[in-house]
Amino acid sequence: MTGEIGQLALSLALALSLLQAMTGLAGARAGNELARHTATISALGTFVFVVLAFGALTYASIVSDFSILNVAQNSHTLKPMLYKVTGVWGNHEGSMLLWVLVLAIYTAAIAFARRGGERITSAALGVQGLLAAAFLVFILFTSNPFLRLDPMPFEGAGLNPLLQDLGLAVHPPMLYTGYVGLSAAFAYAAAALITGERDWARAARPFMLAAWIALTLGIALGSWWAYYELGWGGFWFWDPVENASLMPWLIATALLHSALATERTGAFRSWTLLLAITGFSLSLIGTFLVRSGVLSSVHAFANDPTRGLYILALIIGAIGGALGLYAWRAPGREQGTAFDIASKETALLLNNVFLAAAAATVFVGTLYPLLLDAATGERISVGPPYFALTFAPIFFALLLLVPFGPRLGWKRGDWISTYKALLPAIGIAIVAAIAVLALTTPRTLAGAAAFAVAAWLIAASVIDLRKRQTITTSAVASALGHAGLAVTLIGIAGTTLWRSEALEVLGPGESMYVGTYELRLDSVVGARGPNYDAARANITVLSGGRAIAVMHPEKRLFPAEGQDTTETAIRTTIVSDLYLALGDRRDNTQWVVRAYVNPLAPFIWLGGLVMALGGFAALFGRLRLPRTSPTAAPQPAE
Amino acid sequence: MKHALAALFLFVATAATAAPAPGTLKDPVLEARARALQRELRCMVCQGESVDDSNAAFAADLRALIRARIAAGQSDDEIKDFLVSRYGDFILMRPPFSVNTYALWLTPFAVLIFATGVATWVVIRASRASRNEA
Repeated sequence: MTGEIGQLALSLALALSLLQAMTGLAGARAGNELARHTATISALGTFVFVVLAFGALTYASIVSDFSILNVAQNSHTLKPMLYKVTGVWGNHEGSMLLWVLVLAIYTAAIAFARRGGERITSAALGVQGLLAAAFLVFILFTSNPFLRLDPMPFEGAGLNPLLQDLGLAVHPPMLYTGYVGLSAAFAYAAAALITGERDWARAARPFMLAAWIALTLGIALGSWWAYYELGWGGFWFWDPVENASLMPWLIATALLHSALATERTGAFRSWTLLLAITGFSLSLIGTFLVRSGVLSSVHAFANDPTRGLYILALIIGAIGGALGLYAWRAPGREQGTAFDIASKETALLLNNVFLAAAAATVFVGTLYPLLLDAATGERISVGPPYFALTFAPIFFALLLLVPFGPRLGWKRGDWISTYKALLPAIGIAIVAAIAVLALTTPRTLAGAAAFAVAAWLIAASVIDLRKRQTITTSAVASALGHAGLAVTLIGIAGTTLWRSEALEVLGPGESMYVGTYELRLDSVVGARGPNYDAARANITVLSGGRAIAVMHPEKRLFPAEGQDTTETAIRTTIVSDLYLALGDRRDNTQWVVRAYVNPLAPFIWLGGLVMALGGFAALFGRLRLPRTSPTAAPQPAE
Repeated sequence: MKHALAALFLFVATAATAAPAPGTLKDPVLEARARALQRELRCMVCQGESVDDSNAAFAADLRALIRARIAAGQSDDEIKDFLVSRYGDFILMRPPFSVNTYALWLTPFAVLIFATGVATWVVIRASRASRNEA
């Protein structure tokens, strides 16, 4: 029954989303009230039926209904309940259903909020309806999660053990909330082009912010997962799948900044439209890259070329349609705006220049090998060294310029007072650089530069808040966002420049040394989990001859799936991680043990959290908190 | 069977000195070179991992090969050339700068220069308009 309910719900959702698309677009005309009502009701109907379909699949997974092919292929009775639920999106079909679910949630939010007025809401619902219909067709005809299996097997095949992890269970919904949230910005941009509505960016802003926050957290979660699960202490591999999430983030960041100017002064109107279209286009391309099997990786559970072709057609349709609309309707809407060279507008424009170049770099680095292979048959690798030479300097230059933006005023800013206000931050940055050179070994210029820039960003954020008479939530948002970048930068620099590592083969009772720690392998014992067997090491950590902790890295074998995973043991003091991974067994009693001391590693993800908090501040705030101390200088900004 | 495997994991503690790590070079300078080289090479059978951070047998073999050749006095470039002749450019994590990859290497900076140019034009036009207003 569950399968039939799901199938029926999906079919009804498809019908309703088509109705929503037609009536929504028709309702964009003035006075077409019946169409608008129909669009709203069908949007809510689509939402209800997609939720029902998702619920049906979740239920089937929870009760281990192996008569449904998708559940039989990806679940197992012994799998813990948590992973029976999160396993729903741990496979291609289920993850596409999650995609549509998130889309439906945003659509319902657009329908309820009716931001920007009736006509633009209606057109945005129409565009969302088209997207939902396209993805529902994709699901029903190439990736149906409700296909039956006859005869029903006694046991399921299980879920990739790498995915049986809390971090990775939360990562896809978070990332999709970001990816798909950009559809709302896209829909509003398209709706603005259709209706000629000028104030669309303000209407779309909460959706942009929600998407950006979710993308930030999703990327941070993915990176954290790679760090503790893969067992090599790395946090970012420039893997195409990671890049696929970084590109929309870069463009969404640019969009948030550009839209600020568009809302405030009407500057960069058509550029902001183009960014909204580009951001979601990159989300679609990311979905294509991850889901089509073009890249084979943990994420590409799908290796069916018809799916790839369909998504490719969908992308070309969506991007081509939007760009066509843009080319047709956008010209002539840009009035020449007026602002001085020293102004917030210039700063925001520079932000966009560097973010666009950074996004283009990731785009080329990710797609070039695929295109070259297709065109010439030659295969090349574009790995971390490429991005270190291209992306890193571009992003570093951006960071140098970041503090000027919040201090400069709209239209007419003042270089001199901005420079004077930021002078203490420059001093702090220099002190930080000298301190790093004096106190750390090995002594690296890169480390000094990274800490100088981080100090510059944080100090400038604090100065900006202190200099304001009234602290607005938008000022807090930008201070947190920019300081968060600095925190992440500190983490990246600390981990990559001052990591200590050791790799030894240890027998029981033997010791190895990493950083200032002595690690003694006491024993390795067998242990059993709900659906795995583990070899669990007992390693005593000694510092100055005194035992301070016992750590238990594991190697787990999942018999149902026939795969093993490393379960690292991490002991963190926030300023440093001691990171242990158990490798292979040698000669019966000896084990390979990898140990790292990763200074400042937690800052990488803390920074993401701080950035996200900045996003929340912007999302929830229009409150003005009066400052008590009257020390503030005349207001250059805001 | 599962229990037999689990039983194998049980050990009696014996005192002994640590065995040398699997195939590290004694000279720390040479070892550092080997590590740096590993990071520049792709593990051909893995999914986007470098030789430095892969568990695969291929990566282990390559790590041993790199060390043997470094110990024999070969330069980094000689080792890379040998590996490229055997596996092609695909093994290099840093793609070479050649006809095939000019576009790859130059696009980021071309985009940056082009965007800066457009932005400069926009700012000049806007500041002129601003002066006319004032």
